[in-house]
Amino acid sequence: MFETFSQLTLQQYWWIIISLLGALLVFLMFVQGGQTMIYTLGKNEDERTILVNLLGRKWEFTFTTLVTFGGAFFASFPLFYSTSFGGAYWVWMLILIAFVVQAVSYEYRSKPNNFFGHRTYETLLFINGLLGTVLIGTAVATFFTGSEFMVNKMNLTHVTGMKMPVISEWVGPAYGLEAALNLHNLTLGITVFFLARVLALLYFMNRLNNAAIMERVKQQLLYNAIPFVVFFLIFAVWLLLRDGFAVNPDTKEVYTEPYKYLHNLIQMPVVAVLFLLGVVMVLLGIFRAITCFVKCHTKGIWATGIGTVLTVFALFLLAGFNHTAYYPSTADLQSSLTIENSSSSHYTLVAMSYVSLLVPFVLAYIWYSWRSIDKKKIDLEEIKGESHIY
Amino acid sequence: MEHIDFSLVDWSRAQFALTAMYHWIFVPLTLGLSFIIAFMETLYVRTGNPEWKRITKFWMTLFGINFAIGVATGIILEFQFGTNWSNYSWFVGDIFGAPLAIEGIMAFFMESTFIAVMFFGWNKVGKKFHLVSTWLVAVGSNLSALWILVANGWMQHPAGMKFNPDTVRNEMINFWEVLFSPVAINKFLHTVSQGYVLASIFVVGISAWYLLKKREQLFAQRSILVASSFGVLSILFVILTGDGSARTVAKYQPMKFAAMENLYVGKQNAPLTVIGLLKQDPSMPKHQKDFTFKLEIPNLLSYMAFLDANAYVPGIKDLVHGNQQRQIPSYAERSAKGALAIRALADYREAKKSGNDSLARVSLAQFEKNYAHFGYGYYTGRDVHELIPSIPTSFYSFRIMVGLGFHFLALLLVVFWLTYKKRIETKRFILYTALWTIPLAYIASMLGWVVSEMGRQPWVIQDIMPTIAAVSQIKPASVQITFWMFAVLFTGLLIAEVSIMVTQIRKGPAPLNSESH
Ligand code: HDD
Ligand code: HEM
Ligand code: HEM
Repeated sequence: MFETFSQLTLQQYWWIIISLLGALLVFLMFVQGGQTMIYTLGKNEDERTILVNLLGRKWEFTFTTLVTFGGAFFASFPLFYSTSFGGAYWVWMLILIAFVVQAVSYEYRSKPNNFFGHRTYETLLFINGLLGTVLIGTAVATFFTGSEFMVNKMNLTHVTGMKMPVISEWVGPAYGLEAALNLHNLTLGITVFFLARVLALLYFMNRLNNAAIMERVKQQLLYNAIPFVVFFLIFAVWLLLRDGFAVNPDTKEVYTEPYKYLHNLIQMPVVAVLFLLGVVMVLLGIFRAITCFVKCHTKGIWATGIGTVLTVFALFLLAGFNHTAYYPSTADLQSSLTIENSSSSHYTLVAMSYVSLLVPFVLAYIWYSWRSIDKKKIDLEEIKGESHIY
Repeated sequence: MEHIDFSLVDWSRAQFALTAMYHWIFVPLTLGLSFIIAFMETLYVRTGNPEWKRITKFWMTLFGINFAIGVATGIILEFQFGTNWSNYSWFVGDIFGAPLAIEGIMAFFMESTFIAVMFFGWNKVGKKFHLVSTWLVAVGSNLSALWILVANGWMQHPAGMKFNPDTVRNEMINFWEVLFSPVAINKFLHTVSQGYVLASIFVVGISAWYLLKKREQLFAQRSILVASSFGVLSILFVILTGDGSARTVAKYQPMKFAAMENLYVGKQNAPLTVIGLLKQDPSMPKHQKDFTFKLEIPNLLSYMAFLDANAYVPGIKDLVHGNQQRQIPSYAERSAKGALAIRALADYREAKKSGNDSLARVSLAQFEKNYAHFGYGYYTGRDVHELIPSIPTSFYSFRIMVGLGFHFLALLLVVFWLTYKKRIETKRFILYTALWTIPLAYIASMLGWVVSEMGRQPWVIQDIMPTIAAVSQIKPASVQITFWMFAVLFTGLLIAEVSIMVTQIRKGPAPLNSESH
């Protein structure tokens, strides 16, 4: 079936999958957001234990999505993988280290003789929450703002001479750190940080059975929702007003086009609808959770969560579709990556597309398993009743 | 100026080796222990005996401690292909990326979902569903081994691909050839089964410690019974597949094989050196090592490598300097041909650009004729002896691994027999040996990778891409800094892991009465 698809269709199909994985990842980063509030919300050891366990039962999920996102990107757009990771070295290394320290922290936090003491592991969780969200947001923003790299496949034929036989190279000396100094990138990083915290609060509301923490959750929701909305608006308006990186469909030449992303939104009405629907749902979930005077609405996580997925999904499509270079180079425009010039071969995309048919089954068993173990709300008793405690 | 920065290549290699070896401390235990737990829980569900549940839960706790750090060290490896071997990632991403992605979709999600049921579902889901989840954790972790080992096997012996000069990279043309390459199959079977052996030895050794301390007798004997029976079957399989691996090496990576055997001059009816001590005679070339002492079995090497006692096994000298009689080209010839291929690739692309079709056609033909030697082209103007891996490392690592394999076979057989006869608790010598064999299992496992990975140096992709052409172009200082960051971080985490593990083992399994469910 996939064999008959054109190369372009397959490239688009894979860009959609990458976008979905990226969108899911941003939603699941509520785990990271929650990790930055363990001390804000938990005022004693028991309360913190509840919060850590609540997050801890979901962390693997976020982590696995990140890993799969990386693997899928590698398989479908290898030129991005080699250009971005090998060039923006420091940003990616910091992100990775932030995730390395997370993976052990849950398991080791409450175990006797854990060598560093549980405070250290909580600090590591905080670092993961802060760096993970801000830096991933910053890195994704470079899809719109560009990076300083050059790609020249002829380099591979340098056997002797002055150059290394390396195809992609970074021009700037900061190897990716410069991305974090770009204000527009940073607005997205900070947006993701506050979004993750908002999502975490909504998740706590949904799963928690503890009145004292719940009070603080409600309060924090307001404090985090406001900066989130402000930064999101700055990022979004700026994005729609800025020059974008367009590709001439005939010559494949890359050029800057004023209001490119606004044009993309107008020229792709489906994406515009997804984007607006997403934003409305995000706000709706937050609004209903904040405005609870008598009985609280605890299902905000669903509206805001689905809204997040739709919005981020639409952002990725804005970056990659409609003759746009999704990984623009500011050092050499013609080195910019598009979904057409950076993808795997037709054969590989076909093979991978068959594998992607497994995804619905994966989602189904994940949903089924979680439903069966998430029946009860969580309190200290529930946690102590299980033999595995974080 | 040297156009390739060697300190960059060396630091990148060091970083990859460091992180891979840390990952490998934890992975084999996961591979095997997940099955051992599944057997134990199956016995619990079959018999309904709460003692089996207690046993299952204890080993599950140790599994969790090990698993978390396995995950932490894995993520670095995946992204390191991009960060530190970016040229490699482009050159073969079309083939290599696919197994990594499939691993994520098929294996890691399975593992992480059912591990949650396994740890948090005891009181929430039915016994059957819980048991199925435990089994799926084992299946998931072993599936993840499958895909990554297929990827590694492909690097040792590239198959199912073709170079596309227009995109300047290798492209997959046959997925099944990649998946079912004999190297990949042997590698997968050998590696997972050695994980089962390591985990069996881990369980046997720790249980032996309880018996030595006269604690938890029933718990320990039952654990030993499950682990040693699994272990005996697995070690037999390890030896079988190890033999198979050696044969694929002999066939596809003759230089690695010659280094493993310290065979300088090729021979017909080559003898197998069972053990030996290497010595450097100063009057001989650096790569020609002599033996101060050796124990040989005539003809066996030829027989084991090619199932024919008369078969010819090429030596290091034949491979480097060529052997006309055996039709082996020298490395100098291969390097010249590789350079031709690279030159032709450049010409082809230039010709394409300027619209010179006839030159493009000629260049393409030239390129295709010489592509088999492509990677050697990067050694133009350098000493071809750089293409020889470290001989002592390969030779000794291989012998220690194999020797330990036979030690494990003997130990596991004895332990199984004594446990079956219910006499194990009095055999203190055997119990001590079992305890002290735990570190040996880790050593054997690590040395396996040393044989496999150091022995193929300097190839990242055999004959096609050497490390010097695979690396990312970054500042060596950056890689140096990240190397030390990982060294400190992983060492710290390892210390914490061992400390937690030892504490949990000292504590022992939870008493039965606290298990009201
Ligand atoms: C407990 C660990 C363990 C034990 C007892 C053995 N091995 Fe092994 N061996 C491994 C653990 C291992 C490994 C870590 O799994 C390796 C590394 C790469 C691979 O494919 O498997 C490996 C690689 C490896 C290779 C290199 C394959 C390559 O370069 O691609 C050969 C030839 C053998 N083994 C042969 C043997 C033989 C004949 C054994 C007989 C007893 C043996 N091994 C026992
Ligand atoms: C987890 C167990 C593994 C260990 C302990 C291990 C060990 C090593 C070591 C020691 C090196 C450095 C060799 C040298 O520089 O002399 C190395 C290099 C490398 N290995 Fe492995 N390896 C493992 C698994 C893998 C797997 C599964 C793959 C591929 C999927 C792989 C791919 C590579 C690559 C790309 C390099 C860098 C290039 C090179 O130096 O050859 N390794 N590995
Ligand atoms: C260079 C090669 C390798 C890469 C890139 C790699 C990548 C990874 C990643 C990203 C994870 C974390 C997955 C998660 O989110 O749960 C992981 C864990 C794991 N990997 Fe590796 N891996 C490599 C080598 C190997 C090898 C050689 C094996 C087995 C033969 C293996 C088996 C596993 C297993 C069983 C886990 C589960 C966690 C644990 O270790 O306990 N990996 N790996």
